[in-house]
Amino acid sequence: MASKVLEYQKKSLPQSMNKLGWILLVVGAIAGAAAFYLDTTRALYNYLIVYMFIMSIAVGSLFLIALEYVAGADWSVPLRRLVEFFAALIPVMFILVIPLLLNIHTLFHWSHAEAVSTDAILQGKSAYLNSTFFIIRVFGILIVWTLFYLLFTRNSMKQDITKDQKLTKHNILFSAIFIPVFAITITISSIDWMMSLEPHWFSTIFGVYYFSGTFLAALAALTLAVIFLNEKGVFGKLLIPDHLYSLGALQFVFINFWGYIAFSQYLLIWYADLPEETVWFLHRWEGGWVIVSILLIFVHFVVPYAVLLSQPAKMDPKRLKFASIWILFAHLLDLYWLIMPNMSSGKEGSVPFGWIELVFPVALVGLIIVVFTMRAKNKNIIPIGDPKIERGLDFHL
Amino acid sequence: MNNKKFYGLTALFNTPNEIIKAAKKLSSEGYTKFDVHTPYPLHGMDDAMRLKPSKLGYITLFFGLSGAALALLFMYWTMSIDYPMVIGGKPFFALPAFIPIAFEVTVLLATLSTVIGMLTFFFNFPNNNHPLIGTDYLRSVSVDKFGIAIESDDEKFNNTAVRAMFGSLGAVKVEEIYYPDTETFPLFQKKFIFLLLTFAVITSGTTYFVLNKLMFMQPFSWMMLQDKLIPQEKSEFFADGFGMRVPVEGTIARGHKPYEFKGEVNPSSFLINPIVPSKESMMLGKKKFLTFCSPCHGNFADGDSRLRGQFPNPPTLHTKRVRDMVDGQIFHIITNGQNIMASYASQTSVEERWAIVNYVRALERAKNATQSDLDEIKKESAANGK
Repeated sequence: MASKVLEYQKKSLPQSMNKLGWILLVVGAIAGAAAFYLDTTRALYNYLIVYMFIMSIAVGSLFLIALEYVAGADWSVPLRRLVEFFAALIPVMFILVIPLLLNIHTLFHWSHAEAVSTDAILQGKSAYLNSTFFIIRVFGILIVWTLFYLLFTRNSMKQDITKDQKLTKHNILFSAIFIPVFAITITISSIDWMMSLEPHWFSTIFGVYYFSGTFLAALAALTLAVIFLNEKGVFGKLLIPDHLYSLGALQFVFINFWGYIAFSQYLLIWYADLPEETVWFLHRWEGGWVIVSILLIFVHFVVPYAVLLSQPAKMDPKRLKFASIWILFAHLLDLYWLIMPNMSSGKEGSVPFGWIELVFPVALVGLIIVVFTMRAKNKNIIPIGDPKIERGLDFHL
Repeated sequence: MNNKKFYGLTALFNTPNEIIKAAKKLSSEGYTKFDVHTPYPLHGMDDAMRLKPSKLGYITLFFGLSGAALALLFMYWTMSIDYPMVIGGKPFFALPAFIPIAFEVTVLLATLSTVIGMLTFFFNFPNNNHPLIGTDYLRSVSVDKFGIAIESDDEKFNNTAVRAMFGSLGAVKVEEIYYPDTETFPLFQKKFIFLLLTFAVITSGTTYFVLNKLMFMQPFSWMMLQDKLIPQEKSEFFADGFGMRVPVEGTIARGHKPYEFKGEVNPSSFLINPIVPSKESMMLGKKKFLTFCSPCHGNFADGDSRLRGQFPNPPTLHTKRVRDMVDGQIFHIITNGQNIMASYASQTSVEERWAIVNYVRALERAKNATQSDLDEIKKESAANGK
């Protein structure tokens, strides 16, 4: 059979994409800066949501790369390059994290020495929850992620030219190392940035809960990019509906996984009914948060489940595109639900929603597009040197 | 052979490409009742045959949803309507607790219905007599050939035309298939009856053996059958044949003090309340009173427990007679029993009994409070700033 890789022609991404990204980023960033000036606390919490969303996409993508290598998947090989572009957000996080670390006292109750001194629970946790160790952890984890990001992408890019099969073997080894590292670091990150906002509360499944959203968001971002670039003809005629079906099926699986984990967390806390655990859900059941909590079940589980249930839905680019945008929005809502109720300046039970909540996601979308396009400039859109690319392009269900 | 019913024509091909071409040709010519058999799955065959997506998914969906609905309805009916029970302080209809079960039943019904639906609707179970079974055609397609079979029921079927088409497509072998003779078996034949009997004997025999013999066999019993004393069992070791021993005469339990006024009417002049009422002793007295005394005398010693009317009515302890008793007399009644009331010496310790006495005194005073008591309480409350 004719080699499909030979059909590949290098095409640059549409110019309008980069332009749109910059416009969104600049507008969002200016409005965000204004928000910081007007209401620092609220802006900071919004910024944290956006930061966690970027972490989801970036690290989730890195995990997706590792998963492909470890599982020996063929079908996703032509799409791996896009995942690598998304993972390019990881080095950017070094800059993005700085405003958060500068305002650590506004965000985290446990960072106040005087609050800890009168609180036996916080004293018990102070060996872990203290500002110095927190900053060490944040940067340590970012360095580890960047390291793996550089290893994966450098090998992958080099392979485009050398077509050396050994590089794939190296990446498989790195992936096998990365997956347990990922499990630990993503758990620590979710505990540090989100669970410790309410330092008395704890849930052992919290890391898995954040991971389920992370992976889903990364998948949705990838699907969206694949469908969009395919529509613009960047892939030529290389991709077939079977590729989309696999993406859709994986999304469907992880929608279920999210529902399963979210329900597991709720069921155990609800059943045990211990005050120190239920307090977290009770916060999210006060005032307007009831609506957000119930909305989350429908937005993050019921609707995407129904949309993606049938087989044609997973192959139809239009429906899959809708589902992907929907899931990205759902993940944003999930993070909003996780983080916002802890904003101490807010009134009990009031759901803060206004222009500040809207401008940060605008900047977020802009930033992701800008990093993606800058990274993709002059690069091959598929890993043409990968030994599995032929099988990946010739993939049939 | 020719008196049998004609099923259809089969053709064998050598390569996957030929069979896909043949399937495309047949579907484009408008044949619908044909099927393809290959040694392994071929990509693109669904399109070539113009197969519509299977309807099996609808069966799965329908039964999956019924599973969820049935499970939830069942739990709702049992737990909230027919036999409501409070479990762990949760509401009768505790939805989160029901969801795992609803999920399991959903999966169970969905999978079972998929398998059963596939067998019955799509494979015509219990029909096990497809005309292709046992033919050379089916034998070769499960080894190295790619076969196609057209049924003669097809509207466009024409023996010579189909033969010609197969020939032009490059078929290596074309075969005519006939329905096999239907075999019928009478129900009451010796073999069948014998088989039933054999199964009945084996099943009942095995059941009897398992439930009555195997369950009581001990693989090893040296720990169970050792020489030892078993409480309340016969023992051949002692002359009297009892396993349990009687303590030596005069033995008393550690810390036990025999009650020296047993059976006397009123030894109260010798019994002096040794306990100064404190919060702890009052709480102890309350606890013991509620445990041992309140079932008859009532929670507030009014003699109004739920035994009233079913039993010789228990007396109230607020009569003048009881209030005029000295502490020692109440202690003696608890220890020794009175009229129908039994002795509580074995259930309560000496301290506990005195604590009960103090608590009864407190109840009596509260029931018959005077204006001066109220004044005192008010004064105390004011002093405590409440």
